[in-house]
Amino acid sequence: MLRRIVSDYPLLIAASLLSLFGVAMVYSAGQTDTPTYVATMYRSQMVWTIAGVLIAYGVTRSSVRFIEWMTVPLYLLSIVLLGLTLVIGKGAGTAASTKSWLAIGSHRLGQPSEIAKVTVVLMLARVLASRRDAPRSLLDLWKPALVVGIPWVIIMLQPDLGTGIVFIGIFFGMLYWSGVSWPLLILLGSPAVSLVLSFSTGLWGAWFFILVALVLWYRPYLVEGIVLMMANVATGVVAPLLWEKLAPYQQNRLKVFLDPSADPRASGYHVIQSKVAIGSGGIFGKGFTLGTQKRLAFLPEQHTDFIFSVVGEEVGFIGVTVALTLFLWLFFRITQISQRANDSYSSLVAFGLMTSWFVHVLVNVGMTLNLMPITGIPLPFFSYGGSFMLACWLGVGVLMRISGEGRGRTKIRA
Amino acid sequence: MSFHPNDISRRAGISKIALCVGFVLLVGAFFNTQVLHHQKYVMQSEENRLRPIPLPAPRGIIYDRNGLVIAENLPGYSVSITAQNVDSLRASLARLASTLQLSNDQVEAAVRRFRRAPTRPTVVLADASIDVISVLEEHRLDYPRLVIQSVPKRYYPDAQAVASFVGYTGEITESELNSPQYDAYKPGQQIGKGGLEKQYEKQLRGREGVRFDEVDARGRPVRGDGPRPDLTPEGAPPLYTNIDLDLQRFAVGVFGDSLQGGVVALDPNTGGVLALYSAPSFDPNKFTGGIPAEYYKQLLTDERRPLLNKAVQGRYPPGSTFKLATAVTGITNGVVGLNDHMPVSCSGGYQYGSRYFRCWDKRGHGSLSLYGAVKHSCDVYFYQLGLRIGLNKLVAGGISLSMRERSGIDLPEEKRPDFPSIDVKSYYNKKFGAGRWSNAETLNLSIGQGANSQTVVNMAKFYTALATDGHAAQPMIVKGTPVRKPIFHLTSVQDSAIRAALAGVVEAGGTAAASAIQGVVLAGKTGTAQNAGKADHGWFVGFAPADKPKIVVAVLLEFGEHGSRAAHIASSIIAHYLKIQPAADALETGG
Repeated sequence: MLRRIVSDYPLLIAASLLSLFGVAMVYSAGQTDTPTYVATMYRSQMVWTIAGVLIAYGVTRSSVRFIEWMTVPLYLLSIVLLGLTLVIGKGAGTAASTKSWLAIGSHRLGQPSEIAKVTVVLMLARVLASRRDAPRSLLDLWKPALVVGIPWVIIMLQPDLGTGIVFIGIFFGMLYWSGVSWPLLILLGSPAVSLVLSFSTGLWGAWFFILVALVLWYRPYLVEGIVLMMANVATGVVAPLLWEKLAPYQQNRLKVFLDPSADPRASGYHVIQSKVAIGSGGIFGKGFTLGTQKRLAFLPEQHTDFIFSVVGEEVGFIGVTVALTLFLWLFFRITQISQRANDSYSSLVAFGLMTSWFVHVLVNVGMTLNLMPITGIPLPFFSYGGSFMLACWLGVGVLMRISGEGRGRTKIRA
Repeated sequence: MSFHPNDISRRAGISKIALCVGFVLLVGAFFNTQVLHHQKYVMQSEENRLRPIPLPAPRGIIYDRNGLVIAENLPGYSVSITAQNVDSLRASLARLASTLQLSNDQVEAAVRRFRRAPTRPTVVLADASIDVISVLEEHRLDYPRLVIQSVPKRYYPDAQAVASFVGYTGEITESELNSPQYDAYKPGQQIGKGGLEKQYEKQLRGREGVRFDEVDARGRPVRGDGPRPDLTPEGAPPLYTNIDLDLQRFAVGVFGDSLQGGVVALDPNTGGVLALYSAPSFDPNKFTGGIPAEYYKQLLTDERRPLLNKAVQGRYPPGSTFKLATAVTGITNGVVGLNDHMPVSCSGGYQYGSRYFRCWDKRGHGSLSLYGAVKHSCDVYFYQLGLRIGLNKLVAGGISLSMRERSGIDLPEEKRPDFPSIDVKSYYNKKFGAGRWSNAETLNLSIGQGANSQTVVNMAKFYTALATDGHAAQPMIVKGTPVRKPIFHLTSVQDSAIRAALAGVVEAGGTAAASAIQGVVLAGKTGTAQNAGKADHGWFVGFAPADKPKIVVAVLLEFGEHGSRAAHIASSIIAHYLKIQPAADALETGG
């Protein structure tokens, strides 16, 4: 009986352990010397987790075909909800000026962008799986680009840079998994590289030569090649203008990423305090709930964006390694699931979810050590947040189903 | 789509490598932060959460020679505040202003203290009253950043009576903080500002302790028990002085409220300062924790200048008290013997060139020996003695009798006396202009007038040499090894003859006869310091018992007109010290 319900023990165990670890850290995050609203949040986080597990169970009871059938409506629904945020969206927490929340009155319902992270994966998988071959030219990519591009534009208008980065990660990851060749991916990503490198004329020039060489070697359609080069020139020129368009807090976050000590009291404060928390944790940590940086409120957003700093401070390098190893194990497992999936849609969905979480972990954890700019991106299974927890377990449910329907199921071992 | 199993496993393999690379990068970064740089971040985290609260050390207690307390510490309260920046400090002060009744000046002073040492709690009130403290304690929760501390507060039980030598304490000033001498000091700290408190600041200071408060990100203390053990403050060891507090109080009483001047009483054998007082005085207790503005203004505008120490800072022409220096210089130069008379006998004045130099007694003294000249303080005799010595030798003699240097008393305020330098000619040329002075200066100098102003303490020091055998004792308030230096060499016969002459002053017919003490032979010399346009100052410097002196007293009575009233003060002090009743009522005599 249990065997039928639980089709993939390693997946379930990895996700459950991460959730338990996460809830424990949310509990600890609330243990401050001056109690705040965070103190009781672990309870709702537990509720959300249980709700997530139930949803996951529900999904496992359906079928991949049903999910595939639901893909388009779900995708459209999430686009509509995202669109709504631009009209009636609310801000929250550190990102009070953005509009990523849907709310009725003062009661926040959730962040549609969290759901969109899943539906975009589903929709992209559907579009890519419907092709007979992998896209070979940029023109072949207009459909997938549109699938990701529409929600991406809305999210960037909210604006929510972090979620935007996740979408780009999903896009490239799934294109790679569908068989798009490396050079094409590079060409596709080149305008973004130009955007970054344009701040240094020399580097940008060098990048341009590489690009020209790549174009000559890969030989895309002539129109494509021209469009691509123009896009690179355009982003290179536009970047400084775009910089001006960024909100001051976004500019500051990027500046602080480059040099946190430039503004230690204001924007750099989060990163510095996070590093101090993690560094002072040492090998074994200061003990569960005993982190002084957290207790004394030096650590900002300790239950959401910076929850991994609490991990670092309280359970030390050992705890950090355990958490990251659990993530690695989960991701390996999902890679295996997508490898063994029955059909290309399932395989792409699995890999897309894995990419999405991997980007989250990389950016969120990297941010706590200033390896990544602060983008307000949550850590799967750890960060407090209802929508995200539901979305994560929804993903687990989908993966369970895919795994259950996959080939060589009986051979799968932990 | 290319979902051939080979393609898939190749991509899966690459994906796993990418995952591992990401994993290794992150774990490596954490290893670098948590293991390799652990100590650095531990320090930063401790700095974050631990706020050191300085615990002031009690200053050393100052005792008199009999173990009576001159300066001690009482429990007081200070109010400090911690802030993260100037704006939050100003906001907190604004909220406290009404409760603490802060003036604008006090707010600005607090801001200055903060700017200098932002990590220390900023002192708002160094000495808060118990009323203020109780109000603050009631509202403690409203002011989490407030640090109310019980701090030792300097207290002088004898207040005005001891201010002249003990000085006072006060908050360190901006300019003091800038000087290298006060390198180790922080704004808001109390330091010695004058007298012994300043002179012995290093010994009296003690070592500040530290209490560690755990604070949250907003700087609010969070727990009662210290997260790290306190460093207890170390009180300084006591300071033992030569002061005889009983004598000091007596001297203060003699001056009373009306008289003004300075007095120094020394033990001639050790230089120990038995009493030192400048009248009028001030209340050093009012300086502790910030002097009230109106009191300070009153002290500054008082015509009697209570902030000028008349015993060590005030410089007055020594008048006839200097005649002993002339006499000793004459004897050591071999130009006069103890029984020698001068060619011109005193008829009330002396004609020198075109000028007539008066004796203080118009009636004249007739022909006197050196003994008689000292006893009667005859100016005419000393004019001639001065001329016989010559200006150069008279100045050289004065310098060797340390008339041109500080007595060396352990008080930071002491001024150097004014006296001609050894290069006499250029000194007078500089002072009066070349050709605008004559040898008549010799006559002025020989009777203690002219270019000669002495402090009371320095005259007392000179008389310790007369009282003993030519050894001048350096006045010392704090107990230590006596420093005695021979300043002249006379035969023992000459030494005792000089003492006898000084004793003659207080005998019948002498200028201070009225100040005689029954049962003990008092020796001394009166003097009058000319005071342009105002009543002259009166001097008396003397010692007793004349044959084996135990105490030297120098008194300067401002506007005392002549030395007899000063002598009266000195003789009462001496009598009190020797536990003898002085002779009654004063007679009109001169100096």
